[in-house]
Amino acid sequence: MTTTTRFTTERRPLLARVGRGLRTPGGAIFVLLAILLVGLFLYNPSLGDPGQFMRFLGRTAPILIVALGQYFVIVSGEIDLSMAAIIAAQVVLAGNLIGQDASRILPVVLLMALLALVVGLLNGVLTTLFRVPSFIATLGTALVVSGITFYATGGAPSGNPVDSFREIGRGGIDKVPVFGFVPYSTIVLAVLVVLALVLMRRPFGRMLLAVGDNARMTALAGASVWWLRTRAFILSAFASTIAAIVLVGYAGVSPVVGQGYQFIAITAVILGGVVLGGGRGWVLSAIAAAFALEVLFSLLDFIGVQSTWRPAVQGVIILVALGVPLLRFTRRRSQTLRSNRPNK
Amino acid sequence: MKGKFVQKPRTKTMLFGVLGSLVLVLTACAPGSNTGTTPNTGTGSTASANPSFDQKTFDTENAQRTATFTGDPATPWLQYLPGAMVDASKTKLDHPGKVCFSNAALSNTWRQTGWITMQQQLKVLQSQGVISKLEARNAQDSDDTQVADIDYFINENNCDAYIIAPNSPKATAGAVERACATGKPVIIFDRGAGTDCETSFVHSVGGYAWGIDSASFIAANVKKGGHVVALRTAPGVDVFEQRWAAAQHIFEKAGLKVTDYLTGADPAKIKSTLSDEIAKGTVDAVWVDLGDQAVPAVEAFEDAGKPIPVVTGEDVLSYLRAWKAKGFKGFAPVYSAYQWRTALIAVGDLFQGKEIPKDWVLPQVPVPADKLDAAINANKGMPDGHYASFGGEDLPGYPTAWQKP
Amino acid sequence: MNGRTAAVRRTLGSTTATVYAIFVVVAIAGAILAATAGSAFFTEGNLESLLTATTVLGLVAIGQTLVVLLGSLDLSVPFVVSLSSVLAAGVMLGSADNLVAGILTAVVASTLIGLVNGLLVGLVKINGFIATLGIGLIVSGYLFTNYQGSTGQASPQLVAFGGLTLGFVPVTTILMFACLAIVMVLLTRTRTGMHVFAVGGDPEVARMSGVRNAVPVIVAHALSGLFAGLAGLVVVARLGVGSPQVGSQGGYDLLSIAAVVLGGAVLAGGRGSLWGSLGGILIFATIDSILGILQVNPYLKDVVRGVIIIVAVAVYARRSVPRRPARFGGGAR
Repeated sequence: MTTTTRFTTERRPLLARVGRGLRTPGGAIFVLLAILLVGLFLYNPSLGDPGQFMRFLGRTAPILIVALGQYFVIVSGEIDLSMAAIIAAQVVLAGNLIGQDASRILPVVLLMALLALVVGLLNGVLTTLFRVPSFIATLGTALVVSGITFYATGGAPSGNPVDSFREIGRGGIDKVPVFGFVPYSTIVLAVLVVLALVLMRRPFGRMLLAVGDNARMTALAGASVWWLRTRAFILSAFASTIAAIVLVGYAGVSPVVGQGYQFIAITAVILGGVVLGGGRGWVLSAIAAAFALEVLFSLLDFIGVQSTWRPAVQGVIILVALGVPLLRFTRRRSQTLRSNRPNK
Repeated sequence: MKGKFVQKPRTKTMLFGVLGSLVLVLTACAPGSNTGTTPNTGTGSTASANPSFDQKTFDTENAQRTATFTGDPATPWLQYLPGAMVDASKTKLDHPGKVCFSNAALSNTWRQTGWITMQQQLKVLQSQGVISKLEARNAQDSDDTQVADIDYFINENNCDAYIIAPNSPKATAGAVERACATGKPVIIFDRGAGTDCETSFVHSVGGYAWGIDSASFIAANVKKGGHVVALRTAPGVDVFEQRWAAAQHIFEKAGLKVTDYLTGADPAKIKSTLSDEIAKGTVDAVWVDLGDQAVPAVEAFEDAGKPIPVVTGEDVLSYLRAWKAKGFKGFAPVYSAYQWRTALIAVGDLFQGKEIPKDWVLPQVPVPADKLDAAINANKGMPDGHYASFGGEDLPGYPTAWQKP
Repeated sequence: MNGRTAAVRRTLGSTTATVYAIFVVVAIAGAILAATAGSAFFTEGNLESLLTATTVLGLVAIGQTLVVLLGSLDLSVPFVVSLSSVLAAGVMLGSADNLVAGILTAVVASTLIGLVNGLLVGLVKINGFIATLGIGLIVSGYLFTNYQGSTGQASPQLVAFGGLTLGFVPVTTILMFACLAIVMVLLTRTRTGMHVFAVGGDPEVARMSGVRNAVPVIVAHALSGLFAGLAGLVVVARLGVGSPQVGSQGGYDLLSIAAVVLGGAVLAGGRGSLWGSLGGILIFATIDSILGILQVNPYLKDVVRGVIIIVAVAVYARRSVPRRPARFGGGAR
């Protein structure tokens, strides 16, 4: 509850947009999130404590960050399936190269940034200049990146990086007024969300939406379509990398870390009302949807639903989130169309 | 494009009806469903309801835990329990033999550690002129791939012996029987093969013993009515199911409250699961069915600012080191990683005409608190994923071969 | 009608030839590499393994090709394969009498799931990627909740059938080829088959030409479910038991899509061929086989696969003529 109102009170200029948007799929997600949060607090009152709640928000940060990255790609009309592979690669890089030597943190982080840049650029160039569909291009890079990662580690990476590096995922600032405890990961998340909001209001964001809506028109208007989309892929790769840094801090190195994140991210982005195929959707709705999904999964755990049902719940959500608006939409259209067009 | 295809609304309402009823039908009947009725989370499932629990095996392994093994305790990979032996006169070769190894996977650090030990053991047997070549195929956790791998070996028809580390016993049983039908020796190790045609089954005491060791430690250190969180890797894998079945049995007898979770060994999931448990109420002990899961569990208590309770693990160094550094009450049950070299030694013995046990049971000695320092010191410089029971101190390449990332 | 058939044939021809050319090159390279490693590639044993490896994926790829031709995808196949295997083994329970009941249960359930996919994509108009992902997740939730590890037992006749070979050719592989041929005929000789190409090529034009767009979509998805179900039966015949994980272990969703695309199909729909997809699978299986013989770390397989599909699709995209032929070019569209 506190967060939803926090978003509206802290950033005043957004107030009007939120109010107007509540009736769209992208706005309804905030209502859903509020309902789910009430449920979570009812089943686990200890989360009502601001410090506990911030910890909860902090541990969902990686998936929220991944959803943020996926948002840029989806809104530009493409899809990124390489996120989990990038996360795995970055986690292993951090674990193996930093090791127990704190002085290596900076060079290794720079190397990770370079890797993100290369993979993002590759995804973008393959998709745009080489006209490989993004589904195939990012699937291909995912296979290559994860193949190399597991080849280099023999299949089961282990060995955590030095504790000071992991602080970003594990630690936080204690005794903050109101919140009590603020994990660093929530600060990272907040900064990224603000940056994304700003970015989407700048010419780049506007053009990205335009490309997703109608690439041909945008190209004719003089914009560089390939460079816009490629930047979206680079942003996505960077989001995966930041999520990996938070994840390796939070959980440590493991072969399964980050597995399946891209599908949760895609689910979240779509649940947030972002149209697959691009051109429509608000970044904050996508984030809220990712958070709503995490709240829902925790709630299911608290209620005692078997964890094996989790994918099924995710599946139902995807279908309902996409199916219901389409049904409403086509129904409305069919009423207007039927008068002047014969059926089929 | 979307929505331009005009449809009568009623069709779609019907469609959702069809969808809904399909889901209902599917949920209602599950032919061959083998989960029993045990709910996984929170509702205190009982051992008697666990379909994997088998009292006879429990008793056997409980006795074998403390039994006296034949052979020198300094070389535990050669020890065995007295029993039926395999006549090796027919398997004796007059030339170095080629061994074909179908490996289920290398996707965890226990398997990686064992695989290194096996390769170093191979060097010894090659230099002795017993084994010429080890052709290995990795099925990457896939039953179908493993069956294909075994069939490939059989079709190629140039193996003098087979070593099979099955992925899942029942699914590979048919392929193992085909391998047996070639008349060449077949050695199974680690997980069972769901058949008994094999020449010898090499394994350390077993999953029940593992579960008994670790759960008994918790039962002894948590008072009656205490709350134990059990972290399980995956359902349906017999080694894990046996560990859990035995532990569940012990916990029930000790009157402990148990909440179990399936985690897929995902550290992020383990941490959030435990964070929620810590937020909900007290946790007196954490039991894991795989050592990798213990470290994130310990960290969850640290991050929440709570004292670390009893947390059991395994002899993987990441756990041993965390146990030593953080000083909580720990215990490391062992599933001996040196069985990987024993499997190869068994083949070598058969090639040389030396008889081997039909059921080669290896010792499985846990690491309690008083042996912790020794275990850590003996494995200085080894990576976090290394297992203390790797059993390769006397092999060529020690210690550098095990220190590769 | 004849002009249309010829046009369809033409589109099928070009890239498929390239695919098989690549396959031949890969196989020859494999034989040379295997020889340098002191082993042989063209042995009966290895060829049998290779054909076995293509069978399950081949069945899945038949359905996947149909779906991709329509511009949709089927991400639910691995879970349908698993579902089919546990249902078949669960109903058979090792008894010879339950053979037919087991097969029917598996096939009907798989086809129904394909049908639901088809209805969601064809009528509700949910994007195929999302609809099949959603249904796949639902099925996987059902599987993992109700089944843990291997389950049931195949009927003895089914196991015997799974082991039958004609020379070094497994009978299940012949069955797969038969399915492929039947679907080939359906695709080129029936009205719905033609409509698959029409709707996949341009749904608007197809609709305005009087095609009921939903019909081929629903049929293709239902067939994709059916063939995934058959693949599940082949798995049961091979393993003797059902397994809730066997489909995801095989990675049949992404692998079949990769094979279909490697075979020259265009993800946007309208172009692609069954023989091309089969060629794609053969290329993957050959590479797997070579890397297996050379005892290369299996994770490198993924690297090779990734590079191959990217390069192949980039090359196809470069060569391809504009997707919409000029209005007066050919009579087809």
